[in-house]
Amino acid sequence: MTPAIEAIDVRRAYQLEGLEVQALRGVSFTIEPGAHVAVVGPSGSGKSTLMHLIGGLDRPTGGRLLIDGRDVAGLGPAELATLRNETIGFVFQSFHLLARTSAVDNVALPLVYRGLGAKARREKARAVLERVGLGHRLDHRPNQLSGGEQQRVAIARALVTDPAVLLADEPTGNLDTANGQAVLELLEQLNREAGVALVMVTHDREVAARARRRIHMRDGVIEQDESDAPETGDEIWERP
Amino acid sequence: MRLAEAWRVASAALRANRLRSGLTMLGMIIGVAAVVVLVALGTGTKNEVESQVEGLGANLMFVVPGKVDFNSAPTASPLDNTDLNDVVRVVGDRDRVAVTLTSGETVRAGRNSAFTTVLGVMETTPKVFVRTVAAGSYLTRADVDTGRRVAVLGDGVARKLFGERSAVGQQISIAGVRFRVVGVFAPLGQSLGVDRDSEVHIPISTAQRLFATNRIDAFAIKAPDNDTIGTLGDRVVAELHKRHPDTEFSAVTQDQILGVLGDILGVLTTVLAAIAGISLLVGGVGVSNIMLVSVRERTKEIGLRKAVGAKPRDIGIQFLLEAVLLTTIGGILGAVLGVTASLVTAALSPVPATVTWWSLALAFGVSAGVGIIFGVVPAQRAGKLDPVVALRTE
Repeated sequence: MTPAIEAIDVRRAYQLEGLEVQALRGVSFTIEPGAHVAVVGPSGSGKSTLMHLIGGLDRPTGGRLLIDGRDVAGLGPAELATLRNETIGFVFQSFHLLARTSAVDNVALPLVYRGLGAKARREKARAVLERVGLGHRLDHRPNQLSGGEQQRVAIARALVTDPAVLLADEPTGNLDTANGQAVLELLEQLNREAGVALVMVTHDREVAARARRRIHMRDGVIEQDESDAPETGDEIWERP
Repeated sequence: MRLAEAWRVASAALRANRLRSGLTMLGMIIGVAAVVVLVALGTGTKNEVESQVEGLGANLMFVVPGKVDFNSAPTASPLDNTDLNDVVRVVGDRDRVAVTLTSGETVRAGRNSAFTTVLGVMETTPKVFVRTVAAGSYLTRADVDTGRRVAVLGDGVARKLFGERSAVGQQISIAGVRFRVVGVFAPLGQSLGVDRDSEVHIPISTAQRLFATNRIDAFAIKAPDNDTIGTLGDRVVAELHKRHPDTEFSAVTQDQILGVLGDILGVLTTVLAAIAGISLLVGGVGVSNIMLVSVRERTKEIGLRKAVGAKPRDIGIQFLLEAVLLTTIGGILGAVLGVTASLVTAALSPVPATVTWWSLALAFGVSAGVGIIFGVVPAQRAGKLDPVVALRTE
């Protein structure tokens, strides 16, 4: 089976006012399809950079990075965009919903860039919104939704393209505890039921503890990569 | 992304910022309206002048001493009655020849007076030019041959001297000499800046005696048709040159006058359009500026769109279409405003205005073009935005 993400000695350097800053100093790991991984670490540890690389928003300056089996090194901005559209679903801390745009249109947005017709987009978006429990909020705009609902719209948007990887950057950071819990449960449920790999960047210990695997970042390298247990199909069923 | 979708997104973005879109459009509206109105005024003036020249009569030619250009002063006329006979012989028909001897004179009737252009003419004038007598009759051959003191008044002169009373049969004095009014012209209005209702026609023979001269200022010849007008002119000029070897003569046809005037007014129209075009350009810069602001303001949206799969080209097209939509709608509204303003001007003022389709097409094309040209830079900037940086923007 093709790994969802495969990183081999991935490096990322930035030029900051003539100075080279090493954000990632050689990171290697593999994320299998259906995995549930938390990337944790203090700010400046390189976890955001890693997140951008995994999401195909950025390319490494060294090493090899394969997203769904495709080496991103040879891809231009347009090809990267297509790769993101087809394999990655993003969930952001601040939701990033389009204002003045209904929930269903927000969810359908990625399908616009697939060239899908308006009717097909709406059908698909409605189905996904129903799946995240917002079937009754289709035509509501972000400012008419609660924070938890907004994040669920964002999750629906991430799911609408049937991605291989769901990439969540502090998905509960802007939510209260109850809504945060609900969003986490939804993400975990999707991970279990849809088989989509869930990669979550967080510095919330409790959130990280719920993942089956935690990658600890510090100073641009992986400090620790711990897994609870072998990820078997049986175990998924045994989880509470 | 489908183009139809891009249009929808672009128009939604414009609607989302109604006031700003409206103000930006205003620049385009004013620019396009200015082009349409100024071109309409230029064209209207040109048409009016041309119709005035054509309204003088058909197949006309003017024979004057001197060279006709815009650098030389008018030449004192050496022409006299002998030349008239020669010209009539060459033309072969007295009815096709008109003469003028012009002088500015004050005309009086009782206590009233009017400053007029007194023209010494022959009875052939109405056969050469389009000139309608509204009351009484025009001068006769006998008037001209015997030098009678009779006059035909322009409408304006008749009104000034006699008000609403009939002028025909009344006495007037020109340069202190008494004349009898035999006719009054139908009103003609202004023609090429000359008030043609302030003319007084008297027999050429009487005029020569009155002004103590044998001079004739100019001939006007009506050619049988437009094809022979050139050769006829050459023959007349050659004949006159024989008698006056030291003087140059020019035969100017109506078409040549039309050509020169048309050229001048055409340039005028072009200059007006160009000046208006500047405002269109300024409007375009405004569009560009607003688009740059819009790109900056919507950096986060661009980042999000890119994250979910928008290619640089998709984003570029979206913003380019926004600019084009802005200028095109502005162009349409401007064209409507321009046409309305032109029609109102033409209807409510003496200023002629003729809306031309090419100015509409030009203004519309230019505004769409402005949208593309001034939209490209912001669109490219939007397309090239790094999604990582864009998403981080708060």
